[in-house]
Amino acid sequence: MKTIQPYTPREIMTIMAAREIKNGDIVFSGTGISMLAAMAAKNINAPDSVIFFETGAIDSLLEELPFAVADPRIMYWAAANSRLTDAFATMQNPITGEKVIAILGAAQIDRYGNLNTTCIGDYHSPEIRFSGSGGGCDVASFVPRCIAFMQHEKRKFVKKLDYLTSPGQLEGNNSRQKAGLRPGGVSVVVTNLGVMRFDKDTGKMYLDKFYPSITPEKILKNTEFDMDISRATLADPPTKTELTILREECDPQRLILD
Amino acid sequence: MKNSLNKVIPLKQAIEQYVKNSSHISIGGFTINRNPMAAVYEIIRQKICDLHLYAHSNGTGLDELIGAGCISKLEIAYGGNGKAAPTCIHFARAAQNNEILFEDYSNYMMSLRFTAGAMGVPFLPTLSGFGSDILTKWGFSKSMRRSDPKIVDNKLAVIDNPFGDWAGASKVVLVPAINPDVTIIHVQKADATGTCSIQGLAFADIEQVKASKHVIITCEHLVTKEELRQNPDLNQIPFIHVSAVCHVPLGAYPTAVFGHYDYDSQYLRKFAIAAKNPDKFKKYQNKYIYGAKDHDAFLDIIGQERIDTITADPRTGYSVNMKRD
Repeated sequence: MKTIQPYTPREIMTIMAAREIKNGDIVFSGTGISMLAAMAAKNINAPDSVIFFETGAIDSLLEELPFAVADPRIMYWAAANSRLTDAFATMQNPITGEKVIAILGAAQIDRYGNLNTTCIGDYHSPEIRFSGSGGGCDVASFVPRCIAFMQHEKRKFVKKLDYLTSPGQLEGNNSRQKAGLRPGGVSVVVTNLGVMRFDKDTGKMYLDKFYPSITPEKILKNTEFDMDISRATLADPPTKTELTILREECDPQRLILD
Repeated sequence: MKNSLNKVIPLKQAIEQYVKNSSHISIGGFTINRNPMAAVYEIIRQKICDLHLYAHSNGTGLDELIGAGCISKLEIAYGGNGKAAPTCIHFARAAQNNEILFEDYSNYMMSLRFTAGAMGVPFLPTLSGFGSDILTKWGFSKSMRRSDPKIVDNKLAVIDNPFGDWAGASKVVLVPAINPDVTIIHVQKADATGTCSIQGLAFADIEQVKASKHVIITCEHLVTKEELRQNPDLNQIPFIHVSAVCHVPLGAYPTAVFGHYDYDSQYLRKFAIAAKNPDKFKKYQNKYIYGAKDHDAFLDIIGQERIDTITADPRTGYSVNMKRD
């Protein structure tokens, strides 16, 4: 029997991502649902977290939801409006970079948390061309924690990426460090079905939480590669308080939630 | 007496003088903000072609130039245009159909490449991109690079840290400098000598300007030297870098200029929809670009009502509660 959840897939995804953000974190955010997760964290569990954009604005007031990371809405009442070189240096520099948690999206992810935002098919002659790295490759190279937001589908959770845009654990074990990268990359994957993390030793993705009314088997069915589900437990669903704050304070017009 | 430092010329003349077929160019702004659109439309009207564009994330300007067939080679980090086109429509089509040669970088890599050009060094190091296909997949072949003196022989390079493990890095990625023939940016204020004051985020405009052999500034307000000299702390670009100054109010429309006007989401959507269909796009171009002799005439077609809608609120710098498509 199908039970009707008192929240939508977008709402549970947003809340699951928001819970990853700790007080005092600097949150590297894009727009859309990632921005909403950052705002939800600030309003629910991490009031002293700081929202930060690759274009150089930091701690913007965000009276209105921005639709791009260059939206003039992020320039109003920021602590500083700087520029690209400065924003990326803030993440490359471990003094500040260690405090950054990034929220990223992608067209494809593999079992090691590597992301593709560039193309489907051959790079030179792609079947589908996407926007490209933007700052994604930089952030995934620099900061210790990244949340990947994905729709959980087989064609997105793939054995082999068509193009590796943003490095995760590369080929697992210590290959990330060997390549020259700091510890970091995607550390948690939040989808419409569950929450995945990466094994400390092997770097492989495992299922951590599955949502109410979703089974680990369903998640495996929607994943092209094998994934350890032995550690998986049922996720705590969003609380009434979390949902109320998300709906009434973060996106009252439901610009992103719908 | 004519002041030799007076660089004010009409935009049409500035484009004719500095942007040639096959020029290597860069444009300022980021996705839907402060793209030098009047200059972009003038390049299209003048049918300048075979351009090599260096872009980090130039959304609207990039996609109009590709759509008009002005670009043959592109070095790029991101081709998206906000909500209207998460991937730029012409950019995606041109890449899928091999209409342009393109090569991918990250935003930091492109920003550093302009910085290296501005500094006069051949490359700069970063810790970004190890293990990624950005390092290994080249858009321009080795033979093409060798045969073109304006393109660097290697895309990127990885070397061991010559200082051991100093600063916790065993290796670095080197990104090669860019020195465009011409960079065009749009700013809030400039004086006749070319000194500029940018309000809001500067993106990579300052580095792009300082890396370039020639620089065209378009500005909302052409102000006196005295006005800019009263607050030198607010000026990011001194006149020595600038070749030409063009007074073009609303010169970034349909992209935003902080403190002056918002992006026109309705126009950006119209552009994205037209871009998906060659016939529709031809009509779009004939109406808005070729149908207007200059930017003022283009704005006449847009109409005062749209301009009033996007005009920024003085407190926030954007149009408050504007309906956004």
